[in-house]
Amino acid sequence: MKSSQWMMLSAWLLLAACNRSTPQTAPSTSSAPAAAASSQKSANRSGPPADSSIPNDDFGKQIALGRQIFIDTGHFAKTYVGNQLTCENCHLDAGRLAHSAPLWGAYPMYPAYRSKNHRVNTFAERLQGCFQYSMNGKAPPLGDDVLVALEAYAYWMSKGESIGVAPSGHGYPKLPKPAQAPDYARGEKVFKRDCALCHGDNGQGQQSAGRTVFPPLWGPQSFNWGAGMERLDNAAGFIKANMPLSRGNTLTDQDAWDVAYFMNAHERPQDPRFNGSVAETRKAYHDTPDSLYGTTIDGQVLGKGVVNP
Amino acid sequence: MNALRFALLACCALIAKSALAETPDGATIARQGNGHGVAPCMACHSADGGGQAAAGFPRLAGLPQAYLRKQLDDFTSGLRDNATMQPVAIGLTDAERDAVAAYYSKLPVPSAPPVKAPAGETAQLAQTLTTRGRWSKGLPACEQCHGPGGTGVGEHFPSLAGQSAVYITNALHAWQQGSRHNDPLQLMQTVASKLSDTDVAAISAWYAAQPAPTTKEQQP
Repeated sequence: MKSSQWMMLSAWLLLAACNRSTPQTAPSTSSAPAAAASSQKSANRSGPPADSSIPNDDFGKQIALGRQIFIDTGHFAKTYVGNQLTCENCHLDAGRLAHSAPLWGAYPMYPAYRSKNHRVNTFAERLQGCFQYSMNGKAPPLGDDVLVALEAYAYWMSKGESIGVAPSGHGYPKLPKPAQAPDYARGEKVFKRDCALCHGDNGQGQQSAGRTVFPPLWGPQSFNWGAGMERLDNAAGFIKANMPLSRGNTLTDQDAWDVAYFMNAHERPQDPRFNGSVAETRKAYHDTPDSLYGTTIDGQVLGKGVVNP
Repeated sequence: MNALRFALLACCALIAKSALAETPDGATIARQGNGHGVAPCMACHSADGGGQAAAGFPRLAGLPQAYLRKQLDDFTSGLRDNATMQPVAIGLTDAERDAVAAYYSKLPVPSAPPVKAPAGETAQLAQTLTTRGRWSKGLPACEQCHGPGGTGVGEHFPSLAGQSAVYITNALHAWQQGSRHNDPLQLMQTVASKLSDTDVAAISAWYAAQPAPTTKEQQP
């Protein structure tokens, strides 16, 4: 089972099918000199604009609201959130950090065709997807303040980026395929060694003073089976670049793949596109070796979904 | 028959008594030492466990039990190099370490005299570092592990709010210099290495002035 999965993964990687939030394109080139006090961002700018440069007017108010929603989603967009996550859990530094799917890497790439729903999506529609899947909630209607504010924030942060050119540092890094097929037992070891300290022995995360400090990685309070982080390549790329927090790029690629596999080999809330059959839903939306939805791990078929008791 | 029963009961009572005697009492150690050369904890950490802020002796009351226990082990092994605490920790048995860690973790956080919060640029710097970090240098915010307001998270991330500024500064310098290297996953060595002296001073002054958590925050 696992070796056949691995062959499928290899084949799939060759195809480089895209389930990312931003389509893959060639890295941007820049004639501008690299900024001196640069962040980890692309060379064409010194980094996303400082929060203090948010304009002090009615437009700025929406930008600031977008930033607040991004940081404390469960509070500022409560109606649309169904778990304990915030946008910032997967898009570090309030959506500013390179290699953590920054907003400035996503905004200039929309509208875009997405295989996820087989149509061209606007940026606002892409944001709706975040709420449906990653936040396990419901999509704010187009034109809703939540979407307007988030889009204003992303727009503001993307000033100076080229439309349709994915800047260096966009999305999550695409790791080369690991030497060995991702493995549950090895992943579990990595998890216990490097992740459980913060995310808990059962991936449940930790809260303090009513706020999520360490996000739940699976289970009823995490992202659902439709989220991009459910894909092994996305998860491995994020983990490699950013985990453990402050110690990004210290895990080996193999560790990152293995622990991504371990994380995503656990049950989580059902894919909202579930059509009554796990096998059929896999065929329709998860037909890739990068998804463990509908596969059997330890005699259990993944994809049953889990809801709050 | 009766005599036998009596003898059995007497034995049980003796065993129970000796077992009790061998279970050290954290409060006693804190107040009187362990009777084998270890000084009372309260001599430095004060009777209510609030510490002595000016001297850099930290508040222990309300800190996580597992965290406190680990520090005692690490003082012993030298993972946390501290001339004052090493002999103390070495002088405590395993059971005594368990007892004092349990005692202080359950001790209510005492009210402390208010500490003046930094103002102006220092306050701004502290707020940025504690709540947002400095990601252009790969530095997460203090809160991302120590929780909102620095009130601590779970068993491994102690509260910083209301802690002695001198202590926090000393600890950050110890991480920077390597005399303290007992942090899980090298998290603190990594972040401390990215802080300037100005940063350290701002963070320490800021957290010292924050209200200490009065109730134990949610445990995992």
